[in-house]
Amino acid sequence: MTDMLAPAPAQTRPTGPATRRGAGRRLSAYLGVVPFLAFVTVFLLWPTYIVVTGAFQDDQGQFTMSNVEAVLSGPAYLDSFLVSIALSLVTAALGAVFGALLAWAVAEGRPDGLLRRCVVAASGVLAQFGGVMLAFAFLATFGFNGFITLLLADTLGIDPLSGGGWIYGFAGLAVVYTYFQIPLMLIVFLPALEGLKPQWREASDSLGGSGWAYWRHVGGPILSPSFAGAALLLFANAFSAYATAAALISQGSPLAPLQIRSALTSETVLGQANVGKALALGMVIVVAVVMTLYALLQRRTSKWLR
Amino acid sequence: MAAVTGRRSRSILRWLVLVVVGIYLLLPLLAMVEFSTRGAGGTRSLEAWRGIGEDDDLLDSILTSVELAALTVVGMLVLLVPTMTWVHLRVPAVRRIVEFICLLPLTIPAIVLVVGIAPIYAWVTYLVGDSPLTLTFVYVVLVLPYAYRAIDGGLGAIDIVTLSEAARSLGASWPQVLVRVIIPNIRGALISASVVSIALVLGEFTIASLLNFDTVQVVINLLGKRNAGIAVAVSVAALLFAFVLLVVVAYLEPRRRSAPDDETPATAPAVQEARA
Amino acid sequence: MTSPNKVTNKVTNKVQTDSPAATSEPPALGGGVEVRLVDLRRTYGTVHALDGLSLDLQPGELVALLGPSGCGKTTALRALAGLEELDSGTVMVDGKDITRVSAHRRNMGMVFQAYSLFPNMTARDNVAYGLRLRKTAAAARRKRADELLELVGLGTHATRYPHQLSGGQQQRVALARALAIAPQVLLLDEPLSALDAKVRAQLRDEIRRVQREVGTTTLFVTHDQEEALAMADRVGVMSAGQLQQIAPPAELYERPRTAFVAEFVGLTNRVPGTVDDGRVRVLGTDLPLLEGSVTTGAATVLVRPEAVEVAPDDDGNGRVVAPTYLGSLGRVEIRMHDDSVVLAQVTSHQATELTPGTPVRVTVRPTPVLAIAP
Repeated sequence: MTDMLAPAPAQTRPTGPATRRGAGRRLSAYLGVVPFLAFVTVFLLWPTYIVVTGAFQDDQGQFTMSNVEAVLSGPAYLDSFLVSIALSLVTAALGAVFGALLAWAVAEGRPDGLLRRCVVAASGVLAQFGGVMLAFAFLATFGFNGFITLLLADTLGIDPLSGGGWIYGFAGLAVVYTYFQIPLMLIVFLPALEGLKPQWREASDSLGGSGWAYWRHVGGPILSPSFAGAALLLFANAFSAYATAAALISQGSPLAPLQIRSALTSETVLGQANVGKALALGMVIVVAVVMTLYALLQRRTSKWLR
Repeated sequence: MAAVTGRRSRSILRWLVLVVVGIYLLLPLLAMVEFSTRGAGGTRSLEAWRGIGEDDDLLDSILTSVELAALTVVGMLVLLVPTMTWVHLRVPAVRRIVEFICLLPLTIPAIVLVVGIAPIYAWVTYLVGDSPLTLTFVYVVLVLPYAYRAIDGGLGAIDIVTLSEAARSLGASWPQVLVRVIIPNIRGALISASVVSIALVLGEFTIASLLNFDTVQVVINLLGKRNAGIAVAVSVAALLFAFVLLVVVAYLEPRRRSAPDDETPATAPAVQEARA
Repeated sequence: MTSPNKVTNKVTNKVQTDSPAATSEPPALGGGVEVRLVDLRRTYGTVHALDGLSLDLQPGELVALLGPSGCGKTTALRALAGLEELDSGTVMVDGKDITRVSAHRRNMGMVFQAYSLFPNMTARDNVAYGLRLRKTAAAARRKRADELLELVGLGTHATRYPHQLSGGQQQRVALARALAIAPQVLLLDEPLSALDAKVRAQLRDEIRRVQREVGTTTLFVTHDQEEALAMADRVGVMSAGQLQQIAPPAELYERPRTAFVAEFVGLTNRVPGTVDDGRVRVLGTDLPLLEGSVTTGAATVLVRPEAVEVAPDDDGNGRVVAPTYLGSLGRVEIRMHDDSVVLAQVTSHQATELTPGTPVRVTVRPTPVLAIAP
């Protein structure tokens, strides 16, 4: 910046040393970021690089498309992606709708109220902390010896859920995933809801709008980018979730993350060691696309809700 | 009065939502409590809960995870606080880059990170040994987005440029500015970042499991196949513990400012998904 | 909706030549209706936000409610808008009881403190929103919106979004939006308080001009006395949920009826005096009493600084403590020999001469004053 301020050659004497010192200081300023960059390079950027390049390498490190082809042509691999995407779509939709309703119900209450604080904290736990334990929670509820399964069998003598086996299937996964999607939606969507200014509602009222008119013309349109963004986030969240599925399903690999598990843990198939990386790359691509859309929507919302 | 009936139906809908969603969210938790207190022949028993204290593998893994959480918090703070402060004050040009890197783990699922980091951990094991505590390195990466958001919020809430200029004009060195001026002023943000990191580490399963380290989640998962009662009991305890942690955070955080002065578009939410 | 009043835009571009003091023409436009608030009561817990407030607005009149925060002025305005429920009382507009009519059927235009524009709509769409709800044809509401934006001086900003407008511009759009529905009553809830001083003064005149042009009966809430005095036909001072006094600005200032009004509006000295036979003796001068004064005995007399005269005098009754030079005029703080402090308004020339320590004689000009129990 000092360089730009130097107006004329005649003034080189005062500005010259300052410029040099400025440049030197700026360089040393950049050095302050080096430890951080070194760390993330080793433990974040390099692993990413390994995944991306490994997807296109054979066991000897030579370039090959065979890993990618294996993923695209192997029905098991492709199906796992499709099931993962379907599961993510369903649970993102359910989570978004019910999470948004819950967020609305919480936002209607007092901002500093006990209910709000408890719901937000509990949502943080269930959305971020659950993993393996959520799988247990649902086994304890709907599993073979689950609370609800036994309750229905004992008191009503019926077994509509076929002994709890459903919990290991798509429906079961959807129920369990929705369980952590709703709290995540609450966490992500609550700030947007609270960004709605009461004046907007009152302005709409005073201009002759009913509650319905407000939500249709004002509240709805303002929230829709946030809502869509949050739903995308939920999709990415379900798509990349691993722990719950891994704890629930130990046989077979119906989901993409579980395919990666089996690729990692059973590297017996010769020449396929890097298929796991191709699968991983596939996941990164899906998530990256979704997160980019999310970021674009966020940018739009931040202009409105401030 | 139309406004009144509108308000009443809104209130009814609100409670309906709270009750229905509340049941869905609470039922599995109550089922866990029920499940973990089952005794022989339909009686209630706390045997499973007592079993937590008698399972040495479990206790070891809890200790490991707590140590990991502590190390991760230290590593995260040492890595982020000086860097972010420095970037804010001296090299704002790289602020976007640092932000991008910190938020990057959000687009890289933990399961993917494992794939890429496994070869690196071969080296880590070779250089520093195969203690589960080496997970600290990757856990620091894992908590980056959450910790970054919290600390960035803290730094944004105070005018750190003016503060540090004031301190510098009074003769403070850079380390003194950091320790005496910046850190005390963002204490709340640092506590939030730490607590979120602790919760993430204690709940992490993916990476530990696939790198074959026995953290508490990995052991709970194995235990689930052997003694479901204990596994469920310890799960309830862990969820409650995390809940208490987050309630503490909720009370530490100041109320959201109504008009954020920060012009940077939000590229990720304050709290985000777990790749657990 | 019941009233056929229309915004007559023929006057839009007319050069405004009103003298500041004139309250000349409002009813002439025929736009205004009468508003009556009768014995409004509203409590929150133990706080009486409205404690029997009654207030009438003449057709086309602009009444300002002035008071400290928490005095109930905003509650009164919101009650008129239908946004606040009342415990008891009656709201009448144009002779009809609308107490039980909900906000969205009241046809009142409201301008809020700030940030009330819909962020997802352009300025034009914001202004046209009320017409859209009334099923006005698209072309007609667009035309009307543009006319109103023109009226508030933002004809060229129709396609901007609120976040692209400055605070002052946003409030102009909000005013246009409130007027677009040809409201029976215009409600202004501290519309200027979020703006900086210069824009505030400018927009103040603007709002007054527009209000005169359209002639809509207007209730304006503010905590800024200057704003209230400058804009309103009548100013009502509120305290603790009650109306202390309502009068034209000059009367309110010159003939305050309570100590609260005297001290809230303008600067006031509290000087000891003695009331006797309808007059009060203050600092050696007999002054006429205002209505509401005590009738006899020792009293505290409320004297405006501009009624206080100061002259250098070695045998005077006080000494200058601190002069303040304010450009067009000056103020001098004087410590009297009985240790009370009196503030006097002087010419700026005097302010430079009366240095600290100067012995002075303080007298009071014979203006009517309020004397209250000591």
